[in-house]
Amino acid sequence: MAGFMGRLKDRLSKTRGNLVGNVKKIVTGRSIDDAMFDDLEETLIASDMGVETTLSIVDELRDRVKSDKLKNAEDLYGALKDALRKRLAEGDHTINWTSNNGPHITLIAGVNGSGKTTTTGKLAAKLAGENRKVLLGAADTFRAAAVEQLMIWSDRAKVDIIKHGEGADPASVAFDATDAALARNVDNLLIDTAGRLHTKVNLMEELKKIQRVVQKRHPGAPHEVLLVLDATTGQNGLVQARQFTEALHVTGIILTKLDGTAKGGMAFAIQQQLGISIKYIGVGEGIDDLQPFDPDEFVDALFEEA
Amino acid sequence: MFESLSQKLDSAFKSIRGQGRLTEKNMKDGLQEIRMALLEADVNYKVVKKFMAEVLEAAEGQKVLESIHPGQQIVKIVHDELIKLMGEKNEPLRMADKAPTIIMMVGLQGQGKTTTSGKLALKLKKSGRKPLLVGADVYRPAAIQQLEVVAKQAGVESFSLGTNANPVDICLMARGEAQMRGCDVIILDTAGRLHVDDQMMNEVRQIATQVNPTEILFVANAMTGQDAVSSAKQFNDVLPLTGVVLTQMDGDARGGAAISLIEVTGCPVKFVGTGEKLEALDAFHPNRMADQILGMGDVVSLVEKAQEVVDQEEAIKFQKKARKGEMNLEDFLKQMQQVKKMGNMADLMSKIPGMSKMMPADAMDQAEDEIKYVEAMIYSMTPLERKKPRIINGSRRKRIAAGSGTSVQQVNGLIKEFDKMKKMMKKMMRGGKGGKRMRGMAGPPPGLGR
Repeated sequence: MAGFMGRLKDRLSKTRGNLVGNVKKIVTGRSIDDAMFDDLEETLIASDMGVETTLSIVDELRDRVKSDKLKNAEDLYGALKDALRKRLAEGDHTINWTSNNGPHITLIAGVNGSGKTTTTGKLAAKLAGENRKVLLGAADTFRAAAVEQLMIWSDRAKVDIIKHGEGADPASVAFDATDAALARNVDNLLIDTAGRLHTKVNLMEELKKIQRVVQKRHPGAPHEVLLVLDATTGQNGLVQARQFTEALHVTGIILTKLDGTAKGGMAFAIQQQLGISIKYIGVGEGIDDLQPFDPDEFVDALFEEA
Repeated sequence: MFESLSQKLDSAFKSIRGQGRLTEKNMKDGLQEIRMALLEADVNYKVVKKFMAEVLEAAEGQKVLESIHPGQQIVKIVHDELIKLMGEKNEPLRMADKAPTIIMMVGLQGQGKTTTSGKLALKLKKSGRKPLLVGADVYRPAAIQQLEVVAKQAGVESFSLGTNANPVDICLMARGEAQMRGCDVIILDTAGRLHVDDQMMNEVRQIATQVNPTEILFVANAMTGQDAVSSAKQFNDVLPLTGVVLTQMDGDARGGAAISLIEVTGCPVKFVGTGEKLEALDAFHPNRMADQILGMGDVVSLVEKAQEVVDQEEAIKFQKKARKGEMNLEDFLKQMQQVKKMGNMADLMSKIPGMSKMMPADAMDQAEDEIKYVEAMIYSMTPLERKKPRIINGSRRKRIAAGSGTSVQQVNGLIKEFDKMKKMMKKMMRGGKGGKRMRGMAGPPPGLGR
């Protein structure tokens, strides 16, 4: 875990520099007044937390000032940390990868370019590394060379893959993959689906069909439906999470591309407003760059002294 | 596209409208709403701050105006400021005086660079150029295969050296390759990279320095949040960016990133990606975009599109018939096909102000399905039946239903609706005296004379 902390801290260093730097600057040597709260509000907005979540946090801090009779702004630092931690602590951020009835099946969905195929590859490697028998289902039959991309990942992770040709019906790929998972008695099946905008009704129907087909072939499946979300996404991330949840039984979120300067404020907004938890975070392009999401460590890393 | 922001501004100004006159105080409230709306639309907070200051300054000078609709006055000010910020007009693609023109695509991972490269190649091919697509992304698995497939779909040449080659070498060799194949435009599809990855940024800088592209386009997703500013700034610092391409504009993102990107890079948005198909790449029109942001709808482009596809003579013929009440199912079918030529219904409706609020997207899709059924039913009729719908009796209805894969009820419904519409149109055409013309689906298309 120390290695993970170090890595996450390292990856988040730029984020931390920004958020903490700003918060420190805002609270240091200042009195608690509206101008200070305005500055704090802007800092939180800048992390893509969204107006609603930001306002709820700022309101909470205002209440704390009254109830705890806080005098100087520096005391707010701890209160802010509490408020952020509390918002993430509400969720369950773990995944039970074991099914007590046949293969454990996971559906991976999301908008175009969020990093579904890469995430699927990393997950396969992670699960295979735990001595599980893993199978991949290449149900992105739309994007050019998506199947080839997943095949390369199946090589890297040394796991099998079920695929049809480009343009094949993705639901039939999902069916065959589920079939094969049962026949080969694998531990985990990961089904990669094509990226789609949540506004395309027919494509969302296609996704529902994939879920139905898997469910029909293997009752109780899919055990997990993971929505892959790009951390650089703004407020549309919430809309995406909401729409995908309406179409599918989304069980969690994987927040990708946290190795840039995007601050992932989305995690707070989605947890608070939709009650969906982040399960993993993507922090790079390498096969090991997928880490379990730990809310306390996440907040700690945000506030860690440089 | 920008519907959510439009809705926000609508409600912000509604509160102003109710108060009759523009006072400094109620304008302030409205502007605060705009500020929140812009923030929720993902416009960077620093950009919002600057923008709001400009709006306030512009508005304050006008506050003495005896305005009847203070809301509209502010809308106009915000609208003008938005246009000012986004550039006055659409900037076309730069072409080199001497071939080849080199267009370099850069950006973060997953923004749609490869797809956009293919779309751009198709667009250039259609305008008579001969583009060469160059696969310089040696890192992402199967990125080069993806580019090759896209090139094949677009029917253009492609070139790469596999994943073991150095991207700088690939780009350098592309020039000779283009010359050999007689290509006059080179599109370099570079790998997605993080702006904080010094090594990768250095690579892309090297490509730009050695290849000296005519255009360096920063490809960014319209859904990007506050961080758009930091990534765009870094790319702009390392590379002489010349333009921005906004992708995934067909979603429901409020697209405030567009404003942030323009502000930070000082580059115009040259194209917007509006769908998964290779044809879905449109020019960016700041004026129309500002209209859209403020909920005025994209009426201009709708009218242009209508004029492009509607056969004017046909339309006049149809109007004459409609006025006399002589319209038949054949005419009805023709009209419907004209409308269909204008494109996807949902896309079309979203351009009409207020329409997207009234009709959700799935209702639009249903409407589209319904048109398909209607078409199938009319196709299953004999020419005589189409001309004289009244001869369609019970057994004919059964046959038509069987032939079109619909039910007798649906056929009944179509004939009933058609009769109703015919009567209504006759009434409207006569009574309206050119003043009120029907502008529904089956009516004369907008923008056409009486």
